[in-house]
Amino acid sequence: MKLRDLTELAARNLREAILRNSLTTLGVAVGVASLVAMLSLGVGLQTLASDRLTKSGLFDAVFVSSRREFRGPGSEGPRKSPIAAPNGKSKENPKPLDEDARKNFAALPNVVDVYPQIRFFTDVRFDNNTYPTNVLGVPESSRSMSGFSGIIGHYFSSPTAEEAILQQDFAKDLSPQPASLVGKEITLRYAERRTLSSDEIAKEKDIDAQLDAMMSGGISIVQREKKIRVVGVIESDPSAGIGGFGGGRVFLPIRVAEQLHAAQANDVQDFVRGGGNGKPTYAALTVRVQNPKNVLQVEDAIKKQGFNAFSLLDAARSLRLVFTVFDLFLGLFGSLALTVASLGIINTLVMAILERRREIGVLKALGATDADVKNLFFAEAGAMGLVGGLFGVTLGWLIGQTLTWGTTIYLRRQDLPGVKISYVPWWLAASAILFAFIVSLAAGLYPASRAAKLNPVEALRYE
Amino acid sequence: MPSTPPLIHVDHVSRDYRLGETVIRAVNALSLEIAPGEFLALLGSSGSGKSTLLNLMAGLDRPTSGAIHVQEKNLAALDSQGLARYRRETVGMVFQSFNLLPRMTLEENVELPLRLAEIDRSERSRRVAQALDRVRLGARSKHRPSELSGGEQQRGALARALVNQPTILFADEPTGNLDSTTGEQILLLLREIQDTLGMTIIMVTHERPLAQRFATRIAILSDGKLVDHFAMQTGARA
Repeated sequence: MKLRDLTELAARNLREAILRNSLTTLGVAVGVASLVAMLSLGVGLQTLASDRLTKSGLFDAVFVSSRREFRGPGSEGPRKSPIAAPNGKSKENPKPLDEDARKNFAALPNVVDVYPQIRFFTDVRFDNNTYPTNVLGVPESSRSMSGFSGIIGHYFSSPTAEEAILQQDFAKDLSPQPASLVGKEITLRYAERRTLSSDEIAKEKDIDAQLDAMMSGGISIVQREKKIRVVGVIESDPSAGIGGFGGGRVFLPIRVAEQLHAAQANDVQDFVRGGGNGKPTYAALTVRVQNPKNVLQVEDAIKKQGFNAFSLLDAARSLRLVFTVFDLFLGLFGSLALTVASLGIINTLVMAILERRREIGVLKALGATDADVKNLFFAEAGAMGLVGGLFGVTLGWLIGQTLTWGTTIYLRRQDLPGVKISYVPWWLAASAILFAFIVSLAAGLYPASRAAKLNPVEALRYE
Repeated sequence: MPSTPPLIHVDHVSRDYRLGETVIRAVNALSLEIAPGEFLALLGSSGSGKSTLLNLMAGLDRPTSGAIHVQEKNLAALDSQGLARYRRETVGMVFQSFNLLPRMTLEENVELPLRLAEIDRSERSRRVAQALDRVRLGARSKHRPSELSGGEQQRGALARALVNQPTILFADEPTGNLDSTTGEQILLLLREIQDTLGMTIIMVTHERPLAQRFATRIAILSDGKLVDHFAMQTGARA
């Protein structure tokens, strides 16, 4: 029998027992809906977690420090003395993390941005009071990070805008109403590091000052003030961790922060080590890559250049494993409902065989092959699966939306931002429909073979 | 015995049924030859094996032993697909209880064998209309079987049996569920179709007078055996 005829006959048979077939299809739909709802929760939570982690800027970044620094993550073994090695040969000095290194990293393939961690102590003057705190430079890429998502006011208007964002706790020190600070001006008082070239030292007329400059290794510290406008207040510390911006109270665009040339902790370190050769070095650099999959390759390239490099990709991998197991369990629970639904299909079709025994006999007497009869029952099971799958995906999506809606209401009552905990990607919808179709066909396998094997004489005798 | 080469040759056919420990021989080493164009009536009492023999010749059942040759083909040697094709292409069947599918209209019922034979749609509607006209049911094509009388249902079943233009028409007690007048009309129609289309008709009946009136030959069965067979006088068919 041709496919079109088969489909027409199957559709007619399904229509004739509309109530029973609808209930069976509804059973499949409920099964699929539970599967989709469960998996959409898994996918939604995974997406939420990955999104938050991606926005934290930890997984598409390589954190670089010099091997001259204290031992930390990514360092390779104890730091050897640069002066004397056991074999008496002079050991090569570890490379400084300076502007040259920064340019080298920026030239690596798949690197989007390289920025230093600029953090310095400052006094903030506001309303005739002084508040000691620390300033942190934040890169332009942090605009999309979750820490800045609940900002009062707005993010920096441009990467070079002389604007500041305050952390709420610090803002509360300045004013009991932090929101009122947006648009106000504050003054930063900080120590500027000035690098003196040998020409500048030579031109110094005062011999004592010239001597001081030579003794200080070409560095001088000058007190500066800078007026800056507050554009935003953020509730939480915008994340964190290694290479992040934790601990900052006043945030400036990184380019503005760099231009201040504020003296930082590593300037002193350089000076103590006698490395103050006039070239500024960085305590650490963050190398942002295009995609988390590029992280390892960039990390290797940086290590080969003689620096300590560290990324959190391994942590992300473990997270993915946890979510895969989580999804598997959710899928198993969801599949249980679909298994029950498939029993419903078997039951409906077996009943249909009993009812339509005579019809099967007639079809065979008129020349239907075993395959024709089998295909007819298959088509009916498949149609129930397909329609059930479509309804199930819709129902599952609605359940997910309801859960998201309920969760958002609950979170808002707790003064927390709403989250999307359920997500039905196209591949989940398509797989669920395909799965329902295959399960229904499998459920129809036994009834269809039973119908095909019926002896036409016996079937025709059936009343 | 017919003088022309037989269309059907039943050769020492037996059919056993097992009921628990008991084996019942419904057809017992029966041999019979049927010529093309014959109208054969199989007569016999209940349980004589006439319906079993008809089912065997129609390819609905397989003999336990022996062979049934139809147009040189041994039905016993055909696989289930071969038998289905035989039923589809060579055979038309009419049953005592009509067996029209209640969910379909008369037209759709008649179209069913054409669907199974994968006949083109445009050709189908032409043949369905022709078959319904032949049994004078053209005006009832959109009706469901439940909306038709017994006689109309049997005529509808006859149209369905004829639509594939079969070589042999098997009728199992076609008048069994009809009153005598309607039954007679059905047999008149059968004979008319045979005269027009020249097909072979094999009919199971227990109504001897009707068989004697319409059939060209009568075969009498008892206990699964052919006990007598004889040709009818041509005049008897008038």
